[in-house]
Amino acid sequence: MKRVFFVDGARTPYLKARGEPGPFSASDLAVACGRALLARQPFAPSVLDEVIVGCVIPAPDEANIARIIALRLGCGKQVPAYSVQRNCASGMQAIASAAERIALGQAQLVLAGGTEAMSRAPIQWNMAMVGWLAGMMRAKTLPARLGALTRFRLRNLSPVYTLLLGLTDPIVKLNMGQTAEVLANRFGISREAQDAYALQSHQRLAAAFDAGALADEVELLYDSRGNSYHEDTGLRRDTSLEQLTRLKPVFDRKYGSVTSGNSSQVTDGAALLLLASEEAVREHGLPVLGEWRGHEWAGVDPSQMGLGPVHAVAKLLTRHRVAMRDLVQMELNEAFAAQVLACQAAWDSAEYTRDELKLDQPLGHMDPSALNPEGGAVACGHPVGSSGARIVLHILRALRRKGGGLGMATLCIGGGQGGALLVESMVSV
Amino acid sequence: MSELASRAWRLDVTDDIAALTLDVPSQSANTLSATVLDELEQLLIQLEAEPLRGLMILSAKRAGFIAGADIREFEHIDDAAHATELAQRGQRVFARLAGLPFPSVAVVHGYCLGGGLELALACTYRVARDDGSTRLGLPEVRLGINPGFGGTVRLPPLVGVLPALDMMLSGRTVAARAARRIGLVDDAVPERHLRRAAIQLLRRRAARRRAPWLQRLLATAPLRPMVVKLLTRKLAAKANPDHYPAPYRILDLWARRANEDEEAASLGELLVSRTSRNLVHIFLLGERAKRAARTEPHQIEYVHVIGAGVMGADIALWAAHRGFRVSLQDQRPEILARAMKRAHDFYTKKHKDPRAVQETMDRLMPDLAGNGLRRADLVIEAIVEKLEPKRSLLGELERKVRPGTLIATNTSSIRIEDIASALSDPTRFVGLHFFNPVPKMQLVEIVRGAQSGETALARARAFTLALDRFPLDVKSSPGFLVNRILMPYLIEAVVMVEEGISPAHIDESARAFGMPMGPVELADTVGLDICLSVAEELAGPLNTPVPEALRRKVTDGKLGKKSGEGFYRWDVKGGSHGSSGAASSEAPVTERLVLRLLNEAVACLREGVVTHPDAVDLGMVYGTGFAPYLGGPMRYVAGLGETGVAHSLYRLAQEYGTRFSPDPGWSQPELFRPEVPT
Repeated sequence: MKRVFFVDGARTPYLKARGEPGPFSASDLAVACGRALLARQPFAPSVLDEVIVGCVIPAPDEANIARIIALRLGCGKQVPAYSVQRNCASGMQAIASAAERIALGQAQLVLAGGTEAMSRAPIQWNMAMVGWLAGMMRAKTLPARLGALTRFRLRNLSPVYTLLLGLTDPIVKLNMGQTAEVLANRFGISREAQDAYALQSHQRLAAAFDAGALADEVELLYDSRGNSYHEDTGLRRDTSLEQLTRLKPVFDRKYGSVTSGNSSQVTDGAALLLLASEEAVREHGLPVLGEWRGHEWAGVDPSQMGLGPVHAVAKLLTRHRVAMRDLVQMELNEAFAAQVLACQAAWDSAEYTRDELKLDQPLGHMDPSALNPEGGAVACGHPVGSSGARIVLHILRALRRKGGGLGMATLCIGGGQGGALLVESMVSV
Repeated sequence: MSELASRAWRLDVTDDIAALTLDVPSQSANTLSATVLDELEQLLIQLEAEPLRGLMILSAKRAGFIAGADIREFEHIDDAAHATELAQRGQRVFARLAGLPFPSVAVVHGYCLGGGLELALACTYRVARDDGSTRLGLPEVRLGINPGFGGTVRLPPLVGVLPALDMMLSGRTVAARAARRIGLVDDAVPERHLRRAAIQLLRRRAARRRAPWLQRLLATAPLRPMVVKLLTRKLAAKANPDHYPAPYRILDLWARRANEDEEAASLGELLVSRTSRNLVHIFLLGERAKRAARTEPHQIEYVHVIGAGVMGADIALWAAHRGFRVSLQDQRPEILARAMKRAHDFYTKKHKDPRAVQETMDRLMPDLAGNGLRRADLVIEAIVEKLEPKRSLLGELERKVRPGTLIATNTSSIRIEDIASALSDPTRFVGLHFFNPVPKMQLVEIVRGAQSGETALARARAFTLALDRFPLDVKSSPGFLVNRILMPYLIEAVVMVEEGISPAHIDESARAFGMPMGPVELADTVGLDICLSVAEELAGPLNTPVPEALRRKVTDGKLGKKSGEGFYRWDVKGGSHGSSGAASSEAPVTERLVLRLLNEAVACLREGVVTHPDAVDLGMVYGTGFAPYLGGPMRYVAGLGETGVAHSLYRLAQEYGTRFSPDPGWSQPELFRPEVPT
């Protein structure tokens, strides 16, 4: 297997959805950060071997969104591109696929990442309406048309919100927030613990922006109305424990503990990375941000999808004979505060280790100070297709700042999966 | 079938359909010269006798169908009767085409203009390729003439009087789809169906297009005078009939239901008129400037613009519009955000299709970090107009750009050499002086510093051409050409305001002379602060003191349109209100304005800012809109005679002061009649 290097990456500020279509489509977002990323490379975009992009809900006019992005970035018609979908891990899947291509020696330079415009998730006609419209189209004569017209029912007009459907597990019929409630209950995670974690996420992200720790990661975004976006707009610098406590549970309204304040936010954003083979690094004289060491996927009960990282990380650490304490930092995507805390509890639990992970010794939890130390999706948002790429990009930048070492990016995946990707940052190649 | 020797036309017959393909030798675009028309006539005589189903007329040129008559031939015609004869010969050939015993179809792509469109109008049908490059029109009016090959007769019944007169009076061209909508073409189809559509029209013998009934009604005897009255009034708001008689003539031809003979007679008269001669002069100057710019490929794909103020932003948006990949750098994100909005608004206005807007926006990257520098083939500096910041910026950026990168400054007043010495390779450094507003102004001054290399200058010219702008070579000297000539004219206007003459009167006089905008309004529009800084910049070198009135306005914060008040008061919508001053006066306002301008133009020639009077004309007409019907300042001087002008200057100097003293150049005849052509 060939070595795979990360050479650069960029993301957009994450823009919180405000209940109306946001200013950018998913491809707009990817193009905005991608062209800044490509502009600072010493090679032309046409040199890329492939473009791979994860996206969960592309717009209807963004079929194979990766190809659209590649063409819009000026890569030229000869650079192939494909899109991947593994729900919340789509962006990580794109990077994993790129890494595998390079590891096999089939590609030298790949642009990979994820993008999502959740605010623009389509609202569709329901099936009754579609059937009625088809009947209207079929009716050719006036009586037939009038007949078809009478079959119209008002309920035909009730729309289908694809975003809500996308965030609901179709097998176990729980929405993602409810799966977090399941975990909170199983591991006894209190509302207070969740809110405290959420507050910390906002504080950490704010501190990171203030310290300029995200300056080399987040590209400015410009819309067509004369606005520019510098920071994640979901970040609430003014939030407090009191405010978070006041919020009502949104998923299990009566008895639940998961609120909009301690959950990740519905957001638009994109993140892209450049992966290169050793040859490409040499040929173009590319700076190395870090090395890909491997990735793992794991399946869990869809109603406890938030535990996916527990398993994926366990598999990956075991395979590489790396202990939890060997990790300099971990990015565990904050789908829900309860879910992050549940993963930590599971790694500590002897019972969970024995019954579910089938291991002798608990891996132990990740040092909380090195877990999402610059905040996470609770503060910055979780544009589903993009987050997997964002956490890989961020761990690479963070490790670099800390002087290198091993880092883990992991996330839970709707439908009951976990993904984990192990990177190592070095001082030199 | 016997083959006639034709150099320009190729005849192919497949089954029962003949195809005549025009491919004028050694030209990139087809034009209708006398020879081409003669050959066509011979071919038509031959085809008339054949048992054909139909005839297609096509072009073998990639650039388009037929760009019109060969305008270079116009310059050699100085007899109205001869011109009329030439028009009649074309009419005769087209009448033969229209009278063929079988239908004909013009297969149009790209440019189909003037005589080219008149040829297509003589065909039974027309099909046009549906893409962005196809343009059909009768732009004769822009050369001060009327269409002369039957266009005024054939167009109105086909598309209707209002669309027809709109096309002929404005000279504007229409795209393929718009042409289909008004009935100018029978169909607009993509390239892949072009021939098939043409053949189908011939085989089906489709009904000919006719104007809709409402338009035909407007052409009836009772309504015709009303239409004429209405259009005359609209015309009067745009063109002075004494300066530009052609549109009035076109309207008159229609009003009188003129036939082809009258059309030809009118053309003959107009073609030898002063206005047409001068407009042709200007047109050919532009063509020559373009040809001269084709000597070297620009080899530029990626342009990096530094400074996103109005000029930088506009240069960047225009370059992206013209197909270049562009990065726009500024230190402040809000400036970049404003520039992106400006670009988006501009492209949205230009393109109906949102995908076209997106494509252009994708080529324009806001670049706070300056990442575009290392990719750039051309860097254009458009930062604050101060020497030291420019020098330090260029010195620094030269280390980041590639060895072959061309570096340019958009300075309007700083000497190129002074900036160039900050570079280690100053040969690649030139001035690219754009005019405000960039998307409208058709001129770019290519400023040659003493150190500028020939290759760099040639690439700058070719790039300017790719931006669809006329490149004008000027020497690096204060104000270059256009601003320097304009400045004394503006200052004289301010001096007259100081004397108590009303701005409205001054502006009215300038417009009556043929300027597109009066000098006082121009100053208010440009911004009095900018005028003042240019005036101060030029005050020393040109020995022209800055009028106190100008300084006072700026000190009082009255900066013109942008601040709501300058010499005029401006309302929010940009309308002006008068200001105090004598309503009219006996002062020779026009003479004072124009003579100062002419005097400076001659000074520029004497100092070698440009090397030919034609260059002054090109610069002033395309750069400032100087009365095109006069053909530019030097053409105007040539008409008056330089001795007479110098004498008038002398007279004004006696009355108004030394600023009118004739430049020594007036007594150097070789400046006015150089031996080498441009």
